[in-house]
Amino acid sequence: MKGTNLGEFEELVLLTIAALVNEAYSVGICDELERQTKRSVKLGVVHSVLNRLEEKGLAKSKLGEATQTRGGKRKRYYSITSAGKAALLRSKEVRDQLWNMIPELSLKRI
Amino acid sequence: MKEHNEIRPPQWAARLLSWYCKPELLEDLQGDLNEYFQRNIKSKGTRKAKFIYVIDVLKFFRLYTIRKPEFINLLINWIMIGSYIKTSGRSLVRNKLFSIINIFGLALSMSVGLILIGMMSDIYSYDKFHVNHDRIYRVLSHHVYLNQENDNWFATTSLKAGKAIQESFTGFEAATLIRRGFEGDVKHSETTVRLGGFFVDNNFLKVFTFPLVEGNSTTALQEPFTAVITESAALKLFADKKALGKTIILNNDKAYTITGVLKDIPKFSHIHFDMLGSLSTREVTEKENKNELAWDNMWNSWTYLLMPEKANLTNFKEKLDQLSAKEDSTVKHTHIELKLQPIDDIMGGEGLSNQIGMTMGKYVILSFLGLTFVVILSACFNYTNLSIARALRRSKEVGIRKVIGALKGNVLSQFVAEAVIVSLLSLTMAVVIFILIKPHFLILNPDLQELLTLNLSPMLIAYFILFAIIIGTAAGIFPALYFSKINAVQVLKGNPSIQSLGKLTSRKTLVVFQYCISLMLITSTLIMYKQYHHFLDFDLGYNTKDILNINLQGNNPDGLMKELSELPEVKFISQSNMVPSTGSYWGVNMNNPNNPQDSAGVAMNRIDENYLQLHQHQLLAGRTFNFKPKDVDETEVIVNEQVLKRFEISDRIPDKAIGQEVKIDGKRLSIIGVIKDFQYSRANNKSRNEVVLRYIEAKPDFLNVKFSTKDFQALNEKIKSIWKQYDSIHPYQGKLYEDQLKEGFRGLDASMKVAGFIAFLAIVIASLGMLGMVVFTTETRMKEVSIRKVLGASEGKLLYLLSKGFFTLLAIAALIAMPVTYLFFDRIMLPMLANHAPIAVNEMSLGVLAVLAIALIVIGVQTIKIARSNPATVLKAE
Repeated sequence: MKGTNLGEFEELVLLTIAALVNEAYSVGICDELERQTKRSVKLGVVHSVLNRLEEKGLAKSKLGEATQTRGGKRKRYYSITSAGKAALLRSKEVRDQLWNMIPELSLKRI
Repeated sequence: MKEHNEIRPPQWAARLLSWYCKPELLEDLQGDLNEYFQRNIKSKGTRKAKFIYVIDVLKFFRLYTIRKPEFINLLINWIMIGSYIKTSGRSLVRNKLFSIINIFGLALSMSVGLILIGMMSDIYSYDKFHVNHDRIYRVLSHHVYLNQENDNWFATTSLKAGKAIQESFTGFEAATLIRRGFEGDVKHSETTVRLGGFFVDNNFLKVFTFPLVEGNSTTALQEPFTAVITESAALKLFADKKALGKTIILNNDKAYTITGVLKDIPKFSHIHFDMLGSLSTREVTEKENKNELAWDNMWNSWTYLLMPEKANLTNFKEKLDQLSAKEDSTVKHTHIELKLQPIDDIMGGEGLSNQIGMTMGKYVILSFLGLTFVVILSACFNYTNLSIARALRRSKEVGIRKVIGALKGNVLSQFVAEAVIVSLLSLTMAVVIFILIKPHFLILNPDLQELLTLNLSPMLIAYFILFAIIIGTAAGIFPALYFSKINAVQVLKGNPSIQSLGKLTSRKTLVVFQYCISLMLITSTLIMYKQYHHFLDFDLGYNTKDILNINLQGNNPDGLMKELSELPEVKFISQSNMVPSTGSYWGVNMNNPNNPQDSAGVAMNRIDENYLQLHQHQLLAGRTFNFKPKDVDETEVIVNEQVLKRFEISDRIPDKAIGQEVKIDGKRLSIIGVIKDFQYSRANNKSRNEVVLRYIEAKPDFLNVKFSTKDFQALNEKIKSIWKQYDSIHPYQGKLYEDQLKEGFRGLDASMKVAGFIAFLAIVIASLGMLGMVVFTTETRMKEVSIRKVLGASEGKLLYLLSKGFFTLLAIAALIAMPVTYLFFDRIMLPMLANHAPIAVNEMSLGVLAVLAIALIVIGVQTIKIARSNPATVLKAE
């Protein structure tokens, strides 16, 4: 099924949600990603990914408090679901397995 | 903190966001954008922040953010459609006059639109039968001599360039070269037919999709002296249809073997031919001809390329430029630039010289598009105007609908739907008009008939319906907006919506606009008409009356001349090589006798001893030619005054110039006569004024027959039957000189007729609109008029009162239209036309008077009716 695989950016966003714990809302995620990856991250892209993650059931959201800077609009906080946790672990597992398969010699030669 | 709050993001963008966004996502998005906005104000400044905000709003317009239309609304709209149709139908029937004006006006303008759509769809269908039509390109050439910049591109390229591309280029799939000249009389045993075609190389059938019925398409055109022929040409030549392997003889010269039979060429192909000869033939026949492969011999051949799926066109252009840079050194003072043109652009694209066949050209389409647009706009204005004028009556209905619960959007869609219904009704009428005027449109110009069919196809009908829906929406949107804003409470309280009067200025503007357009079109037509007749009656400097020019088509003239001169109607016969003033040219190089360094191209015609007398050319000095047998060397020439002027021969005095020796085309000839200047080019062309006349060579091309008869048709039939005895292959080509002159102005004639027709439509539409307006205003002022009458106003006064407003509008329209038309023609159009007639008062005023007269009748009839009405009955009615 299409929905079960995590794309690279999806994975990053999901990880950020997990890492930010209680501060995971769109702009915050965007800022954190920029800081971590050192590349510019577009809000529109993050939004569509968040939307997709929620549709896939990998993340859930609830509305928080309003602030002055947001023109009186409430923030939507995201948190990771158990399905999301499983997906993250699975993709980490795949990577670890692949890393373990590489003989050290072949990496050193490059 | 407060300061920042005062700077707010652009409100329209914020509103746009909340309009399209799903409610559940909206708050989040708004918040995010606001947060970014505040941040950007600090870091990038207010203006940039606003800009970014707008861009972000547009960027968020994605599939997952868009609000889905609600099902229940759709359902309600669906149910209401029945009600809309019912009320629309009732209102159409109730206001019969207005409905007729609207439907008829729209139908008239739409019929022109249908022609335009048919034309566009025909042009778009060109060359689509080639499987790879989107990948085929043609190489164009641009010729610059002595750095004289010009923007004239040619569809032709040199064979040299084509071969260089084939041999040394990469990045294309196949290239084919086409050269003109494979045409003429084709003979097989006893049958001879005239066929046209090209020399092409073996890749031709690979690049283009012209399927072979018989033969092998990969090898058919490889060997020298092979040819392929179309099915219908084969049927003419070989009655039994079996053409493969047979031999044909072209122009009694070379023999070619038929190696393939092609399916007939589709109508919508920009290349047309009856047969194709192998280009390798020319490698044999033109072996000694150095010019054949010269870089600057770019007038006779075309190059077409089949590019790969993802072609790198910029890279290819660079390579073409490198080729030009390399080859320019092989010719003197000449730079030739090459570029690619997709074949899909050929039919409706730029006007290029040396096209391989006829093309429509962008300008024709654009000007027709412009005219159509204006007429349709005018008809839409009628609809808008009359609908708003009738607002009083409809507004009650709208008020009730709103009270019952209709939203703005419902009312809007109701009135747009009503307009669409009207325009669909108009469409049926327009299609009938379209079918009626189609044949007349096509015969306007023989080229149109060749290029277009305007056949109704299901696709075309679908376009028509789409077009009608668009027109309906365009016409209905303003009244719909107006009605949807109506305040239900006010209307139902019986407060007559004063708003309709507020719209008066905009309605007046529309009327002025309509009349401006009508006046401009009619005046332009009249100016063109005047120019057309000016050129037809142009004093060419010789007489063309009652002269029949017969194209000899390679036949020996002697026998024919003898028989023709025995006809009683024929007065006189002369021979010539071309027919001047019809747009064909013969040139020759002449040296200046006073200055050996100086030479120039002059125009030339070859004539016999009777020519000058027959055409009544005026001899200023000397004599005309004497009869010269064919084997005697040429020693004499006749020149016109301009030649003396150009080369300063004998101080420009004709008498002195007689006996002067000049060098023409390398031959020493002495001047035996000087004739008065005459128009050698078409009447609208000022170039090629210097003309030399020489004695005809072995075979003249034309016989000029001066006749005197009342029944030209009978004479023409007689000559035709004589022709048939001499030449059974070529059809007789005899034309009246005056008809040939007319043919030269066919383009002007056609555009005059089109403009005239559209002007007529514009006037009809404007008059219909005027009629509607007059009827409406006079009816609403009925009571006022009656009271005035009771108080003692005279009929004349009332007439003046009622019609004053309309005449002011007409006067304003005339004041705008006339100077604009005058300046347009005087400054822009006519300067492009040499020898034109000046614009006179009568063609400027005639159109205005005609349009005013029609308006006067329309206004007059209505106002008189009202002014004469019996005030008692009107006032009693309430």
